[in-house]
Amino acid sequence: MYTTELQKTGKIENLEDPQLLDAFEARVAADEFIEPKDWMPEAYRRTLTRQISQHAHSEIVGMLPEGNWITRAPSLRRKAILLAKVQDEAGHGLYLYCAAETLGTSREQMVEALHSGKAKYSTIFNYPTLTWADIGAIGWLVDGAAIMNQVPLQRTSYGPYARAMVRICKEESFHQRQGYEIMIAMANGTPEQKRMAQDALDRWWWPSLMMFGPPDENSPNTAQSMRWRIKRDTNDELRQKFVDVTVPQAEFLGLTVPDPDLAWNEEKGGYDFGEIDWEEFYAVVRGEGPVAKERMKARREAWDDGAWVREAADAHEAKRKQRKAA
Amino acid sequence: MATIAVDPREDYLLRLGDDALVLGQRVSEWCGHGPVLEVDISLANLALDLIGQATLLLDEAGDGDQLAFHRDVLDFRNCLLVEQPNGDFAQTIARHLLYTTWQHMLLQRLQQSSDKFLSEFAHKAVKEVAYHRDLASEWTIRLGDGTEESARRMAEGLAWNWRLIPELFEVDDAMQAAIDSGIAPDPREFEEEYRAAIASVLAEARLEPPADQRPILGGRRGHHSEHLGHLLAVMQFLPRTYPDAKW
Ligand SMILES: [Fe+2]
Ligand SMILES: [Fe+2]
Ligand SMILES: [Fe+2]
Repeated sequence: MYTTELQKTGKIENLEDPQLLDAFEARVAADEFIEPKDWMPEAYRRTLTRQISQHAHSEIVGMLPEGNWITRAPSLRRKAILLAKVQDEAGHGLYLYCAAETLGTSREQMVEALHSGKAKYSTIFNYPTLTWADIGAIGWLVDGAAIMNQVPLQRTSYGPYARAMVRICKEESFHQRQGYEIMIAMANGTPEQKRMAQDALDRWWWPSLMMFGPPDENSPNTAQSMRWRIKRDTNDELRQKFVDVTVPQAEFLGLTVPDPDLAWNEEKGGYDFGEIDWEEFYAVVRGEGPVAKERMKARREAWDDGAWVREAADAHEAKRKQRKAA
Repeated sequence: MATIAVDPREDYLLRLGDDALVLGQRVSEWCGHGPVLEVDISLANLALDLIGQATLLLDEAGDGDQLAFHRDVLDFRNCLLVEQPNGDFAQTIARHLLYTTWQHMLLQRLQQSSDKFLSEFAHKAVKEVAYHRDLASEWTIRLGDGTEESARRMAEGLAWNWRLIPELFEVDDAMQAAIDSGIAPDPREFEEEYRAAIASVLAEARLEPPADQRPILGGRRGHHSEHLGHLLAVMQFLPRTYPDAKW
């Protein structure tokens, strides 16, 4: 998931004032919002900064796989919808960088951490978009998974993050519907379109399940994050929920989910599904995804090629102020 | 004279519609690659407005998707300016300044068109385009009056696009017919105003206007630059590869 912890946390020393800490924990437990000026434990600040900035990076890197199809969208209407969608993602990145900045790290620092490979972003964006059906599959599955993870975060303990999530979630549901609408057109289209639709599901299914992060037994910080209300469900709970909602949608499309072990389990009232290839997941987290190099190259180039523009804007602003003062 | 549009109204709709489509397609190439997030968002805004304008105009001229995705170079009626490559950010801004300053003056007058559709279209689009023109003007000023490098790049961007200005004011037979029928304003009436408006932005940007160059013409009659064919190859590939598909 965009917000699943992908970076190792160093051991957090607890040197905080126990009284402040107790008061803080009590406020969080009472579902109060923590605001930028409030006291907070250093570890909370660090974990949140990492989580929010990782989410912001995911929105920005996530513009690339879909941006890849804007110039090739097959109708004027689809082009406008896709443009609006990718623009929304840029907006999400912006709100989230702003939310993270309230914790004391500048956007510049966060961007540098991304470009140096130190900061992570969602593994899902390291897979290529090969056909137009991939744009449908991303909206349907990737935005669908994002919603599942982000709706609970509207009640996360950090005020600016929770408020950013409220705005973002509204738009993500729109993205999910548009993606599914593309899949409906493709799955009911010509044989070539059906082939693209099935192929897209084949390629995006497992990476979408990986978006929810490592299995709970390998997610050591989950308990702490849940206590702090910066995570509200475990990875496996969310993954199960996603599978249960998505499989009937695939059936409605007449497409086959690429998992021979997928079966309805009457007893648990949900689907059983096959083992995720965790070796692949951890490789992608390490930066070895199929198009990880392309994604980072595109981001670095945009940033480096834009340096003279940002410098010019700063220089102009300085000149303007100087002239005003003179 | 090309064969596809003999009706002056249809020809005029195609000229404006193709301008918006081709410029929108060009600007959308930036998406995800802008110099800073805020600029990425603004550029996507411009592209969205332009694709929206193109959709209205081309749907009025016929079947918008058919016209956008199934015509070849010779039948496109856009001006040469809008099909120019993005180049660097300065070249993109120069193109946008030169086009939208013209487009805004045109739309102001098109609001009085005798044609109901065109007049309504102009009322709606003129507000969008005022924003485009302001954005392009502000960036021209920032870059022109920014650093040495940005001023050099801005001057180069203007120099690249400058020879394509006269086409915006060209009145050929088809255009004259549209003017005579009262549906289109005569662009020559605002050429002086246009030159003055550009000069004033450049003065504020502390940039010299490029020397006038020999005009390059032909786009309105389907004789384009080499760039348009590549733009169309990308834009049209899916509908052309799968002509029976619905998307
Ligand atoms: Fe998003
Ligand atoms: Fe998101
Ligand atoms: Fe989204």
